[in-house]
Amino acid sequence: MKSHTWLKPAIFILVLLGVWQLVVFLHPQQLLPGPWKTALGIVDLFPRGLIVKYIVASVFRVTWGFSLAVLVAVPLGLVVGWYRRAEMALNPILQILRPISPLAWIPIAILWFGVGDLAAIFLIFVGCFLPMLLTVINAVQSVPAVYINAGRNFGLGPVPLMRKILFPAIIPRLMTGLRITLGIAWLVVVAAEMIAVNSGLGFLIVDARNAGNRYDLVVAGMVIIGVVGLLLDNWVRSLERSHALCWGFEEKQ
Amino acid sequence: MSSSASARAVTAAEPPMPGLPIKLRTENVGMAFLRDDKTLPVLENINLEVGNGEFVCLLGPSGCGKSTLLSAMAGFLRPTSGAILIDGEIVRGADPRRIFVFQERGVFPWLTVEGNIGFGLRKLPAKERAERVGHYIQMVGLEGFEKSYPHELSGGMKQRVEVARALAVNPDVMFLDEPFGALDSITRMVMRIELLRIWQAERKTILFVTHDIDEAVQLADRVVVMSARPGRIQQIVSIDIPHPRDISSPRYLELRDGILSQIGLAHRL
Repeated sequence: MKSHTWLKPAIFILVLLGVWQLVVFLHPQQLLPGPWKTALGIVDLFPRGLIVKYIVASVFRVTWGFSLAVLVAVPLGLVVGWYRRAEMALNPILQILRPISPLAWIPIAILWFGVGDLAAIFLIFVGCFLPMLLTVINAVQSVPAVYINAGRNFGLGPVPLMRKILFPAIIPRLMTGLRITLGIAWLVVVAAEMIAVNSGLGFLIVDARNAGNRYDLVVAGMVIIGVVGLLLDNWVRSLERSHALCWGFEEKQ
Repeated sequence: MSSSASARAVTAAEPPMPGLPIKLRTENVGMAFLRDDKTLPVLENINLEVGNGEFVCLLGPSGCGKSTLLSAMAGFLRPTSGAILIDGEIVRGADPRRIFVFQERGVFPWLTVEGNIGFGLRKLPAKERAERVGHYIQMVGLEGFEKSYPHELSGGMKQRVEVARALAVNPDVMFLDEPFGALDSITRMVMRIELLRIWQAERKTILFVTHDIDEAVQLADRVVVMSARPGRIQQIVSIDIPHPRDISSPRYLELRDGILSQIGLAHRL
């Protein structure tokens, strides 16, 4: 029974790979490398340890940018969500900043931090911070009044109320927000690495093209980005299922 | 209509059971909500005295403001006019000495049974807290479920967790807002028996909101019958049947039918 859950997607992926190979075989004049060449490209990255180096570099930047954004956005979101006036004061500026793509910050990031890890981490932070903040504000505002009244009834002041009631109450929504935000972080890191640094998976793609049109390596980089992104998403999903964090998810069943 | 209503309206405070010192008093309490630029009166002229250790039921149809009155007594809402006094002091906010047991389940779903019951005991040393929690878990019959989460419990068990959580902080007053309304009728009867047993052991002052006439007559020392829109005290009925109450005794039926006709219902379907 269990094998069926991965058997179907596996077969489907194999079929797609076959179609891809067939199309490339029928139109050899197109520049897109086939799956076989891409696989060879990935293998090509192994001997010099490049593949590991680039993945580690990208994950390192995502970890910092994402964690910093979460560490700032969650407490701030709790406060802003709780105090209606703070939300009213902050909301217009949040709504203006929100539609600005994190990529628009690239020149400023380079101006402030130069070309390097810090600029990339800053861009990821910018990309993650607002979605996370808005998720938390929204979640706080939809905490049922009964929990807040119960907390007050047991004599909690504002700070304990945030720690003991609001924070645990928003965890289910927070987990969903974390997953979406981590996806954004992974999108932003690739773009940032194309411009602001000289390592990582985004750099691999740009570099492979610049250094001799190695499109097999370009596609190899894309495949690796997809696989690592999937693994990260699965990791956060497994957190959602862990017992201490899962109360909201189990209750729905 | 208005003349007969004002003739019935109680203006002087109703005294509590004889011999009990006064715990809670409402003085001309009125509540009005603002809705679409109109003030909607919800409660008018509520004068009531509740004795220490007394069990009082607030009874009335939905929308009569009985839950609003209870929330105001607990300090969650401010009365628009008049005052609510507990131990002679005006109620200005929620207070751990007076615990509210919620109609919607107020059990925290992110805490275990133990965590919920010990929630109000944060300031106690761990050992003492564990003892208190153990005591109340036993009292409400949840042994073996200490580590369970609320989603693993039935409705009646969750309601018992809430009652235990309230009792654990040793409050003087408990406010219960239709606490058994969502339970099936058998569980509801069991819960009433348990609540009475606990009340007789601990002698808290209890204010219990219900729309169930039988529930009120089974539990209360006095039943405060309220009329709707705006909510007023229509009548206060002393239930002079000793516990355990025989719910098929003539006196029980007489009191129940008296309240039924007071509300304007015949006791025949």
